[in-house]
Amino acid sequence: MFNNPEIIKTIFGRLTLESLPLHEPIVVGTFAVVATGGLALFAAVTYFRLWSYLWREWFTTVDHKRIGIMYMILGIVMLLRGFADAIMMRLQQAIAFNGSEGYLTSHHYDQIFTAHGVIMIFFVAMPLVTGLMNYVMPLQIGARDVSFPFLNNFSFWMTVGGAVLVMASLFIGEFARTGWLAYPPLSNIGYSPDVGVDYYIWGLQVAGVGTTLSGINLICTIVKLRAPGMTMMKMPVFTWTSLCTNVLIVASFPVLTAVLVLLSLDRYVGTNFFTNDFGGSPMMYVNLIWIWGHPEVYILVLPAFGIFSEVTATFSGKRLFGYTSMVYATVVITILSYLVWLHHFFTMGSGASVNSFFGITTMIISIPTGAKMFNWLFTMYRGRIRFELPMMWTIAFMLTFVVGGMTGVLLAVPPADFVLHNSLFLVAHFHNVIIGGVLFGLFAGINYWFPKAFGFKLDPFWGKLSFWFWVSGFYLAFMPLYVLGLMGVTRRLRVFDDPSLQIWFILAAIGAFLIFLGIISMLVQFAVSIMKREQLRDVTGDPWNGRTLEWATSSPPPNYNFAFTPVVYDNDAWWDMKRRGYKRPLSGFKPIHMPSNTGTGIILAGLATAMGFGLIWYIWWLAAVCFVGLLAVAIGHTFNYHRDFDVPAAEVSQVEDARTRLIAAGAQS
Amino acid sequence: MRALKLLALLPFAALLGGCDFVVLSPAGDVAAQQRDLVVISTVLMLLIVLPVMALTVFFAWRYRQSNTAVPYEPEWDHSTQLELVIWSAPLLIIVCLGALTWMGTHLLDPYRTLGRIDAGKAIESKDAPLNVEVVALDWKWLFIYPDYGVAAVNELAAPVDRPIRFRITASSVMNSFYIPALAGQIYAMPGMETKLHAVANQQGTFKGFSANYSGAGFSGMHFAFKSLSAANFDKWIAGAKASTSMLGRSDYLQLERPSENDPVRLYGSVDRDLYKAIVNMCVETGKMCVSEMMAIDAKGGLGREGLNNTLPLTYDKYARRGAPLGNSPTFVAGICSMDEIKDAPSRDVFAPLDMTPLRGVGLKRPPFSPAHPSSTSLLSGQRPKSES
Repeated sequence: MFNNPEIIKTIFGRLTLESLPLHEPIVVGTFAVVATGGLALFAAVTYFRLWSYLWREWFTTVDHKRIGIMYMILGIVMLLRGFADAIMMRLQQAIAFNGSEGYLTSHHYDQIFTAHGVIMIFFVAMPLVTGLMNYVMPLQIGARDVSFPFLNNFSFWMTVGGAVLVMASLFIGEFARTGWLAYPPLSNIGYSPDVGVDYYIWGLQVAGVGTTLSGINLICTIVKLRAPGMTMMKMPVFTWTSLCTNVLIVASFPVLTAVLVLLSLDRYVGTNFFTNDFGGSPMMYVNLIWIWGHPEVYILVLPAFGIFSEVTATFSGKRLFGYTSMVYATVVITILSYLVWLHHFFTMGSGASVNSFFGITTMIISIPTGAKMFNWLFTMYRGRIRFELPMMWTIAFMLTFVVGGMTGVLLAVPPADFVLHNSLFLVAHFHNVIIGGVLFGLFAGINYWFPKAFGFKLDPFWGKLSFWFWVSGFYLAFMPLYVLGLMGVTRRLRVFDDPSLQIWFILAAIGAFLIFLGIISMLVQFAVSIMKREQLRDVTGDPWNGRTLEWATSSPPPNYNFAFTPVVYDNDAWWDMKRRGYKRPLSGFKPIHMPSNTGTGIILAGLATAMGFGLIWYIWWLAAVCFVGLLAVAIGHTFNYHRDFDVPAAEVSQVEDARTRLIAAGAQS
Repeated sequence: MRALKLLALLPFAALLGGCDFVVLSPAGDVAAQQRDLVVISTVLMLLIVLPVMALTVFFAWRYRQSNTAVPYEPEWDHSTQLELVIWSAPLLIIVCLGALTWMGTHLLDPYRTLGRIDAGKAIESKDAPLNVEVVALDWKWLFIYPDYGVAAVNELAAPVDRPIRFRITASSVMNSFYIPALAGQIYAMPGMETKLHAVANQQGTFKGFSANYSGAGFSGMHFAFKSLSAANFDKWIAGAKASTSMLGRSDYLQLERPSENDPVRLYGSVDRDLYKAIVNMCVETGKMCVSEMMAIDAKGGLGREGLNNTLPLTYDKYARRGAPLGNSPTFVAGICSMDEIKDAPSRDVFAPLDMTPLRGVGLKRPPFSPAHPSSTSLLSGQRPKSES
């Protein structure tokens, strides 16, 4: 029966043994390492009998804090993969001179730069940003959980599903060789007939569902679940930036979904939206994808701005300067981010008037951004600045981001863009804002909120080591790229013929190696902190002398967050409570209504991922079965009546009493 | 200490000195003006960026926790005057930069014909521009000189101080045509034409390449741009004319097949309408040109019968196209012969005098049956039944 090729094709689609990249020694080696690590992890979890614990307490959880932590873990794991791609590219570009082809074929290299972009944006920056918003924002507004706890779990697993598909492409088949935005006609079936672009499409579609739903969820949470007294203009700035980011997500991700649907129709059923023939227009794809793509940049950077606002105020021991103008600046950026997308392709031949319109709107965005920068500056003015890790990252951000902002405005001048577009200058620019803005912000946030999530601070020594490696590595890796851009070197090249350029690529590779040390130091920082957790322990729940509500509860917070919902009178709510001599309530606890865990989210996401896999490999039966399964499980879930429970007053009182004892013990010692 | 630091910087200065900052010191007037904009905008922005960086360091140092000598005002969070400065300072810079952008973008619009040879020399009527038709192929560049009837692969020559008018297209995927020393880049896209006007002011050989990733052979997709004296350019043309190779339609179809790191090739003669056919995606015989489709559509189109006007596509570019679930791939069949298009007085589309649309009634269905009659499509709709 298995000799019949038709049957094999029906069962396995276009998946054959040749699809496994056994001829690529690098991939095989990676697979061996990943498989060994994976098996070890699997064995350890089985040996310590953790599966049931993980399933009950983590995989099926609807607690926004645990989901937030899982997002962070996903982001950090994917950072390792994305960075491995980065250092491979740097190495290739550093050695492919003087007739050398380097060590990567174009087939491999082109996948690497595509995967690097996709992974860093969608599966590193997005999960880290979403994770922090998920963890911190409900605490900041005094809520018990997000508006739709089950949806939150589902969103997370959909993001994981997308990441799994992208990772699977490494070992089964191949990833797209198109660049991270997969411009047609190159990404169309005629020029990319392989599975790569299909992996790209379905990876992003599955993850995109999660992102969109999570956006809706967090907007609802901010709008509906704020503590009494917290008017919009009393929300912490991080909550404000979360709100704006999620508005951007909800308004822009459907565009991405739609444009990818059109591309898949072209690829699967032979429509002609973006083909060369039959009236298709690839230029329409470029427009549509950037109508999503530009807001995406602000989706990432706005929460980072929020983090810097919280950190600067806290570590300067001062109210944030210009709260109102900070909020308006955020809102203005949110709106303007939809009016600038064309600056990504001034060189496509739009007229001068169109180009200058989009160039000028882009520059206008720098006005509120500049105002923000001044607000942080004047928050530091007449403060008492403590240079703990979060504040160090903030200062590094302020010095780095202005350079990235400046080169960004420069690229917004269309005639300047004509000479710098797609060059390494551009690559340096967006890494300057994404590393110097988003990533530094995330690191500030991780160091800032880690003690809230786990009850102990992160080790400062390894943190500082990581900080200096990262910052110096960043400058060494990307300043040479600015220089190369001015020499007219374009991006995505695999081999070079001008030997005078090599030294700059070697410098950049050394910079990438320093960043590697930075990442390692960060992982060591986590490990050391866990080992030294008793020394680093914080029992007060407020290790930094914080200002916002998340510091009012214990670290880590109980699953219900606050025994009594706080009442807010000021935009630095916790600072205000402390100033007015707030006393923790010790009695009179009432039962607390909480959502129940459910496994539906992970099952749905698993089915969606399998369906994506079926569609990628043309295994139609698998896609159909999974689709029906998705509908069935989703409908079945509507009959689940065990959705909530009450935490009994006795249990609340027990948890709160334990904390009272801890605080007392901490005060004595 | 300071001197030591400067000394440490010396090797880097040497490094910088040895490099060719072509974007900052180009050889063409357009690129030079673009460079000026880069420099002016940077200086304008440094006016605000440098103070911000200095203030950041200064405030961070001065208001450190251990420095208790300076005032501490934990509740101070608003100052209307400061806010005004904060918003208006960037605004002023952007107003200047915006004005500069508006002017610069219009003056340096790549579609705009040049007004000057260089900063000191206006265009005169004798400076008739050199026409070059550029085609981005997989993965090489084809340059056709319609004025001279020659063509070259991966080599572009032009006389110094003479305006060049590029008309640019591509055969399969998106590329970007870029000679940093000459002028800014512009995309090269299949089925579309972009334009670029430029002039070289220095003799020499400069690098040109594709600045938009286009597939496996992208890294090798570069060419030499030779800026020659008028006499040498004539020599170059004569050399090209001496080449016995000719570029006809079938030669082009052979040439456009994917190949990497191609050597320079010269063609002594070129099919006069080749570029027109490439832009209109009808180099292959029997395929309808886009211009023709647009002319037909402007007169009301072929109606439902027009759906039959397709032929099965068995091979296109370097892969057989076709989606797994769609119809078998087709192309629109040409109605006129190539000669008719050639002799047409103009490619421009004019509005029809008779405004009643042609509905295609009475057109016979061409003798063609689908390659796989069983294949169905969810989206392409029913084919009309044949009346014959």
